[in-house]
Amino acid sequence: MAKQEIMTLNVGPHHPSTHGVLRLIVELDGEVVLKITPDIGFLHRGIEKLSESKKYIQVLPLTDRMDYMSSGTNNLAYILAVEKLLGIEVPPRARFIRTIMAEITRINSHLLGIGSAAGDCGAVSMLLYSLREREGCLDLFDETTGGRMMLTYYRPGGVANDLLPGFEQRLNAFLDKFPKKLDEYETLLKKNRIWLKRQVGIGYVSREDAIALGLTGPVARGSGIDKDIRRDEPYEAYDEVEINVPLQTGCDAYSRWLIRMEEMRESVNILRQLIAKIPDGPYINREAAKYVYPDKDRVKDSMEALIHHFKLVVDGLAPPKGEVYSSIEGPKGEIGFYIVSDGSSKPYRLRVRPSCFVNLQSIMTMAPGNLMADIVAIVGSLDIVLGEIDR
Amino acid sequence: MSTIGKNKPTRVYRNKKPREANILLTSTSAVINHSQRSSLMPLTFGLACCAIEMIATAGPRFDLSRFGWEAYRATPRQSDLMIVAGTITNKMGTVVKKLYDQMAEPKWVIAMGACATCGGIFQTYSVVPGAHHLIPVDVYIPGCPPRPEALIHGFMTLQMKIDQKRNFGVAPVDVEPGFRGPTRKEPF
Amino acid sequence: MTVNWNRQNFSGEDPEQHPAVVALRKNAGTPLVGVGIFRGEVTAVLSPEHSIEALTLLRDDPGLVFDMLADVTAVHWPQREGAEFDVIYHLYSLSNKMRFRVKVPLAEGQEIRSVVGVWTTAGWLEREVFDMFGIHFAGHPDQRRILNPEGFDGHPLRKEFPVQGRVRW
Repeated sequence: MAKQEIMTLNVGPHHPSTHGVLRLIVELDGEVVLKITPDIGFLHRGIEKLSESKKYIQVLPLTDRMDYMSSGTNNLAYILAVEKLLGIEVPPRARFIRTIMAEITRINSHLLGIGSAAGDCGAVSMLLYSLREREGCLDLFDETTGGRMMLTYYRPGGVANDLLPGFEQRLNAFLDKFPKKLDEYETLLKKNRIWLKRQVGIGYVSREDAIALGLTGPVARGSGIDKDIRRDEPYEAYDEVEINVPLQTGCDAYSRWLIRMEEMRESVNILRQLIAKIPDGPYINREAAKYVYPDKDRVKDSMEALIHHFKLVVDGLAPPKGEVYSSIEGPKGEIGFYIVSDGSSKPYRLRVRPSCFVNLQSIMTMAPGNLMADIVAIVGSLDIVLGEIDR
Repeated sequence: MSTIGKNKPTRVYRNKKPREANILLTSTSAVINHSQRSSLMPLTFGLACCAIEMIATAGPRFDLSRFGWEAYRATPRQSDLMIVAGTITNKMGTVVKKLYDQMAEPKWVIAMGACATCGGIFQTYSVVPGAHHLIPVDVYIPGCPPRPEALIHGFMTLQMKIDQKRNFGVAPVDVEPGFRGPTRKEPF
Repeated sequence: MTVNWNRQNFSGEDPEQHPAVVALRKNAGTPLVGVGIFRGEVTAVLSPEHSIEALTLLRDDPGLVFDMLADVTAVHWPQREGAEFDVIYHLYSLSNKMRFRVKVPLAEGQEIRSVVGVWTTAGWLEREVFDMFGIHFAGHPDQRRILNPEGFDGHPLRKEFPVQGRVRW
């Protein structure tokens, strides 16, 4: 007499398609998934605990390494929270520079997101194409900030150094050829029968479920939730540009892929508007002298500037007592920082509101009913980065 | 008349240079080491941010295929190089050791990045301060993350190390006496 | 150049005028222990017995509709006897584009009702608070460690836990 049993499969932390060290415990009936339980924590590095023993400016490199694909937006979320706590203002040129970096970061992150999602489903050439496009963005990062992936470029009050002369030409050259490449990738995948079969109807999460689950970012916009912090609660230079937020109601993996492609085109438009409007002026607010380093040239000449620099580096900046929560629209969703300050130069409590952590929780509702092979497509469409989930 | 000894192979090559006669004179170490270092098959073991730079090194710009190393394998049974790219946490440590044990000899380990070398900037309760606490490491590559050029430099250092490996219990002649070569029984 | 720190629909200096505070004050079952405002963000402090009713009210009230839970977290104040932990809820209203913070002080060992029934988001967020602080959430379907390994001893984000941990390599 044949007996039917449920098979438990371990899609272990070391797996080619799990975007990092994610362990999924999948209960299967044949090929159909009945229940899925993610087991995370394989990259838990204790960033929140570590931040309590570091000064505010030393926490900045830690925030780079959380969502390591989009360090430009992680840094921005943290610096905005710190500036809100300090109560200082940022000059217009610095706001534009930071927004430009954030939008290039968004393009970067989405490129590898769709590249790895397609690579996991079999379209390996898409992965190599997206790596090639990313090199264009990484060159821009490299020349401005000194780092390819980890920017650590912002400071409370502005940015660390100004854009190099000729940056606008190089950015415009990149923006001129990038939309044509996006057209090529759409031709490759958008009406491709294999891609449609692997993405349409997979990973369905309805709008009500998505709101209850607290999803944000492209995952939410693919389910019909019209939420974008850049438009609803504008920060930095987003209130001076026009943003069209893409929205899809398909609620499946294909809609999320479409949203990411449209968001990249939208980022190109935003960048063109920003680079046309960027004003001249200082790139950091030296007036807020209590929290901002003096100009480096003056440090080498003048004694007061030297002492000022020394005190800020050794003692660190000390914000007033209080707590702030400040969030921005990262490429994967709402990333926010909740900082509690007790008046000393180290944060008393630093909490990261992780976008991918909340998004990954939805896989327990999305996956049951799909086939085992669709799990890979679902994980790819959620675009998770384990560094932010585990912190 | 007996033909024993009359059609010996050496008779054909008398009075000819080895190259004309299609013979290559070398040592087994050179051949074996050259084939191993030119066709390593790395294990896809990207843990954290360094994995992205590793993938970029395998990408179109910093092509890893020119070294013959583009065949990443997801299973440890088929790979012989483990590039530990990223932070190892306590929870992941057992997995690292298990995967290393599942690889077949000869195998090499590259510790890529500051986190795999010494724990990096994360000196916390949950991070293993370096891959050498778990498995023997051959090459350490510093950086956070190391640029693809630095990673390629690390790969070429590993290639130089493989070139010096002894096979069949005989040390190559141009290596100092007492040099035992990499052994898999002791860490470095 | 003025910076608008208050990126919300509510712009004001007086926390009592925030619509959520008004609704909570009107309801007799949710007495507020205190309200605060800092950099344009309004916080309401409640006691643990009334927290679940207040959060349900904030979600269901037709004028407020705080239908998204942004975050659940906690802060450890070891020197505050009797109220060592603060459980913090960050709420967001999708239609009104408004943010609000609810703070609930808890004593060591005291339990608090889980909000998984109100917002499903809280499932993993409360597991993380339990893992890091040791706060128990009554009514949570799956209360176990999420980030640290299963046999881990201690709750890392408490102030007495050392950064480098208790086990040396």
